[in-house]
Amino acid sequence: MNAFRAAVVTFPGSNCDRDMVVALEKVTGQAPVRVWHGDADLPEKIDFIGLPGGFSYGDYLRSGAMAARSPVMRAVVDAADRGVPVLGICNGFQVLTEAGLLPGALMRNATQHFICRTVSLKVENNRSLFTSGYEAGQVIRIPVAHHDGNYFADEDTLDWLEGEGRVAFRYCETTNGSRRDIAGILNERGNVLGMMPHPERAVEPELGGTDGRALFESAMKGLIEAA
Amino acid sequence: MKVRIHVNLKPGVLDPQGRAVHHALEGLGFSGVEDVRIGRLIELEVADGTSDAALDEMCRKLLANTVIENYRIEKLAEKEPA
Repeated sequence: MNAFRAAVVTFPGSNCDRDMVVALEKVTGQAPVRVWHGDADLPEKIDFIGLPGGFSYGDYLRSGAMAARSPVMRAVVDAADRGVPVLGICNGFQVLTEAGLLPGALMRNATQHFICRTVSLKVENNRSLFTSGYEAGQVIRIPVAHHDGNYFADEDTLDWLEGEGRVAFRYCETTNGSRRDIAGILNERGNVLGMMPHPERAVEPELGGTDGRALFESAMKGLIEAA
Repeated sequence: MKVRIHVNLKPGVLDPQGRAVHHALEGLGFSGVEDVRIGRLIELEVADGTSDAALDEMCRKLLANTVIENYRIEKLAEKEPA
């Protein structure tokens, strides 16, 4: 098996970076490289980049806004443009939209409440690099923990996303006010996934479930097959 | 030169904070408030002669998220000579 070299970025205020490192190591058998927000470059030959959850830069200005303009994100955008898979979870999803790698924006939850519970998600697209280990239409249980997860895009953008099968995951029931209950979306090329729920928190039976594991396994399998 | 950037949610974008504040105003007995929208005011102190194009770029690149927000640039009087 080829070495799977993942990088996980830590911003000041990230708090799920270690969870993502542990999940990636658990699933791939390889410890990811840790990258700091101020690094101008990513390590050589990176196969996968993870942007973790948390409250980067204290959510100053808007969630993810400052992180999206940090030095390391220029390298992440370049890597994404070259086709390197990028997974943004929770705050990582906010950073991806702020950086322009994914369309739309994540607004304050419609209820104004911070939502912290396990929710049911429907796998809408199982043909992507990140979701091939799931069945189309499969319902999975994944934790959410966010205040700003209310996905917004205009109707034309939403139709475009839906038409191209770029909605990866949808909440089975209304959770945070997201347009069309969207929980996660892909970029046009399919190598960037942003999602509010936390698959990295669902890789151990002792911690409530393992439905997130297939996401990391899918990515690793897809990359090894492509190599 | 002092510049104020007014950032507001676009019309039609739900403002849960504004709605909650609206509700609170009603709870305090203020009637006749039809709507509340909450925005952000950013004050910049910039070099005199900073171009409008540069200010506009600052708004588009960072200060506002134009997916959900509109912005308005208000230039205040140049500093009085000492």
